[in-house]
Amino acid sequence: MNTYNLNYLVNSLYLIKPELAISITLVLLVLVDLIMDKDKRLLPYISIAGLVAAGYFIIAQFSTNAFAFSTTNTAGMIIIDPFGNFFKLLIVLSSVAVVLFSMLSGEINEGKERHGEYYTLIFGMILGMMFMISASDLIVVYLSLELLSLSSYVLAGFTKNSLRNSEASLKYLIYGATSSGIMLFGISILYGLTGSTNIYEINSLIQAANVHGFVFVLSGLLIFVGMGYKISAAPFHFWTPDVYEGAPIPITAYLSIASKAAGFALLIRFIKVTFIQSIDPNGFWHLLDVIDWKSFLVIISILTMTLGNFAALWQNNMKRLLAYSSIAHAGYLLLGLAVLSNEGLAAIMIYFMVYAIMNLGAFLVVMLIANKTGSEELDDYKGIGSAAPFLSVSLAILLVSLTGLPPTAGFIGKLYIFIALVDAKMIGVAVIALLNTVVSLYYYARVLKHMFLDKSEKELPAISSSYAAIVFVMVFVAPVLIFGVYFSPLVELAKSSVTLLGF
Amino acid sequence: MQNFPILSLITFLPVVGMVIILFLPKTQGTIIKSVTLLITSVQVILALVILHFYNYSLGGVNDPSTFQFIEKFRWIDISGFSWIGKIKIDYFLGIDGLSVPMVLLTAIISFIATLSSWNINKSLKGYFALFLLLDTGMMGVFVALDFFLFYIFWELMLLPMYFLIGVWGGPRREYAAIKFFLYTLLGSVFILLVMIGLYFSTSETLADGTKIFTFNMLSMMNVHNFTATGILSPFNPGNLRFIAYIALFIGFAIKIPMFPFHTWLPDAHVEAPTAISVILAGVLLKMGTYGIIRICLPIFPEITHQLAWYIALFGMINIIYGALCAMAQKDFKKLIAYSSISHMGYVMLGIASLNSIGLSGAIFQMFNHGTITAMLFLIVGVIYDRAHTRGLDDFGGLATQMPIYAGFTTLAFFAAIGLPGLSGFVSEAFVFLGAFGSSSIRTITVISTLGILLGAGYMLWSLQRVFLGTLKEKWSSLGDLTFREYAMLVPLALIVLFLGIYPSAMLNLMNTSVNSMAKFMADAKVLYGSIGGF
Repeated sequence: MNTYNLNYLVNSLYLIKPELAISITLVLLVLVDLIMDKDKRLLPYISIAGLVAAGYFIIAQFSTNAFAFSTTNTAGMIIIDPFGNFFKLLIVLSSVAVVLFSMLSGEINEGKERHGEYYTLIFGMILGMMFMISASDLIVVYLSLELLSLSSYVLAGFTKNSLRNSEASLKYLIYGATSSGIMLFGISILYGLTGSTNIYEINSLIQAANVHGFVFVLSGLLIFVGMGYKISAAPFHFWTPDVYEGAPIPITAYLSIASKAAGFALLIRFIKVTFIQSIDPNGFWHLLDVIDWKSFLVIISILTMTLGNFAALWQNNMKRLLAYSSIAHAGYLLLGLAVLSNEGLAAIMIYFMVYAIMNLGAFLVVMLIANKTGSEELDDYKGIGSAAPFLSVSLAILLVSLTGLPPTAGFIGKLYIFIALVDAKMIGVAVIALLNTVVSLYYYARVLKHMFLDKSEKELPAISSSYAAIVFVMVFVAPVLIFGVYFSPLVELAKSSVTLLGF
Repeated sequence: MQNFPILSLITFLPVVGMVIILFLPKTQGTIIKSVTLLITSVQVILALVILHFYNYSLGGVNDPSTFQFIEKFRWIDISGFSWIGKIKIDYFLGIDGLSVPMVLLTAIISFIATLSSWNINKSLKGYFALFLLLDTGMMGVFVALDFFLFYIFWELMLLPMYFLIGVWGGPRREYAAIKFFLYTLLGSVFILLVMIGLYFSTSETLADGTKIFTFNMLSMMNVHNFTATGILSPFNPGNLRFIAYIALFIGFAIKIPMFPFHTWLPDAHVEAPTAISVILAGVLLKMGTYGIIRICLPIFPEITHQLAWYIALFGMINIIYGALCAMAQKDFKKLIAYSSISHMGYVMLGIASLNSIGLSGAIFQMFNHGTITAMLFLIVGVIYDRAHTRGLDDFGGLATQMPIYAGFTTLAFFAAIGLPGLSGFVSEAFVFLGAFGSSSIRTITVISTLGILLGAGYMLWSLQRVFLGTLKEKWSSLGDLTFREYAMLVPLALIVLFLGIYPSAMLNLMNTSVNSMAKFMADAKVLYGSIGGF
């Protein structure tokens, strides 16, 4: 047992270089904010520099498999593996996008004097998410989840002077506090049963003891509540539309992608590591029959996508509509997990990459339109197709991709989910998911209808976009089209990232 | 010529045109139209080149070596982990006697529809860009031999069609457009599911001896490529081929459209602008029956045999029901729309016969229906442009006012009825001959012949209502055909006449392939029977 010597600690620190980069940037942001009291223009650039550094460190150690901060020789507090690095990279990239969004956002730029806390809180979120992704100890899970949550509660209400903003923040806080409380209760039960908070140790304990029983199921489900809240799975999704509608658009985009990605990474790691028994050569996971995760996840995912899609049909606010659509997408993603196989995991990763691109793009266009028209109501989108042809055609492509029609990347994401389902012989579930896609077409097409088919009651001035905005939108639209016809890179990346440490 | 990528050229040329148009300024209407016309004329020329170099003696259908103008290379190549295998998708184009008529038809109809779009003046940049995208989707469906590629093209035409109806259509265009969109997407998600199922049931042996799953349609047609445990493999006793067949068939049937999935068609047609109606009836409906012939029949031959009677039955319902509905219409365009449903029923009847005469009749009928119905919709467009009404009872005695127009209309109507000497007659005769030759569906065939009678009824009746009798005062200023309308109607009329007098021109084209198909289907009955379970 030489785990506590200094060398070991330093070695562990080497493994969390990306997190260190984020922490240092966070401190730097606070300092710069204090020193340069009047001029806040530097902050986003510092943020981007910090993110680039973190991204570099992640790529440098992408295929590393190691424990950090180990208390025993078998398991540590933090895991570094390709799976985690994939999600960290996704979060860093979407953070870069969100920082750039914030620079273009009218809402955020109104509160210029508080930009210091804005970027600092974003980095608080990033740090929370990164630790959440690589946590292998339930205490670390809980701490990082709280770090993420507390930062995002404040960010959701960043525009203080708007009423719905404060409402969003408060709702988020109440729901969040409740669900993390429930999760903590689940963790404490699990600790009481096994005597450990490390998921690797819990796994070997329940493998050996062959445990069963109601209390185990209860603790698993209680822990799921906390994660289900983060990924807005039904029935823990009620906060999502209100918060998405109320929060400033960059934060909404961020919550719908990064926060969800971190939640999914945590959920996957928790289920796979804690309950795994073996993986067969075909990549299917055989879980311990403590909890019937498969049926549970199938039910939750069908519930999530159906509720999300049907509720979206009636929405008249773009942000609310995209909120329900993101709930529905969480349902598709959960289906990938419900397959309980490496193939399903790869499908989730492919879907996430695609989802991040198209959802960020859609929020960007909504934000650019809102900057000009001052509204996110669907009724104000009438006739925008001729007033802002570039933005509306881009939004059309992104919405088609969200529907999952070829030749866009969204189709590839769905295709891989369905491939995983059919391979696992879950045909009935696949049929329900496909019918859901048809339902989703209706509300996405409704946006198209408002943009292109309807005439505006009032005369719309032509909305011109700056070159920076055009290039930025193209950054999201082009990959949606390119990956739609040539998706090998996505699949290769996903396949090289499915390895979780130890499995 | 066989090595020149002419199929890629004819398929993606419209996309090139679309990109050019997107870079043209909005105000240059004439240039935009001219670019589209140029692209579609080049397409017609390319189609004629294909026809010229096409080898009539090669069959195709399930034999990759007898497909022509083949282009095949790896498109997606993911070398795998043991647990997912290797995913390889081919960019695989090729044509045989089943697709050549459709390629020709698509080229001709696109050209005619461009001419017919000349009077579009509402945001025409968007119109022609979408029009060309639609063109690529249609052409691609008929030349793709990889199921994945086929599906991409199949879905590609959804969105342009939605906008073309929704933006440039009539008063209820939004309803019609979304109805079309939802219906067809519902159909295609079934196709997607079956496609994935087939992918996991079909393996292909690579040069190095490893087996991989494949989307190659031709591999799916060879029973020996099916894996032992695939869910859609006939070797798997618990397979789902029957359910999959029905799902796939419904996917295609929605496009035909087959009763009871036909309700989107009258709405779409009535609201769509003339050119889009022409495309819709002329080409899009054929994609449904083409899909059945290209995919349902050779990949699921044993179930096709099982269900042939039902296919014929639904064909019969389409024929009779479509004709009866047509008879009740007061709107000229709706009448033609329902007559389309009726005429597509003949195609299904021909397919259900599963013999070479019936199949030739089906494919020939697809081509003829494309040209004749395109003419009929153009004719409706001509009168609507002038009178701004399509009510059959609003007219009367137009024959004296617009004699040449009346002449073309009569020709098109007679061709639709199936008068000897015009193309419609030959194909309908072949369909009935073939279907009558198949003993199991003989009764259905006999009942279906009623459709001809009903067809003659509603066609002649509308001819009478519009052209005969006394001319109403308010129509005394209507002019006869313009030069552009001649340019649209004359080529189609010539095709109808030519194929009526000399049908062999088209029949020879598909003869070898249709024979291979009929033989394949007959052999498959024995082959799949020996596997057991059927």
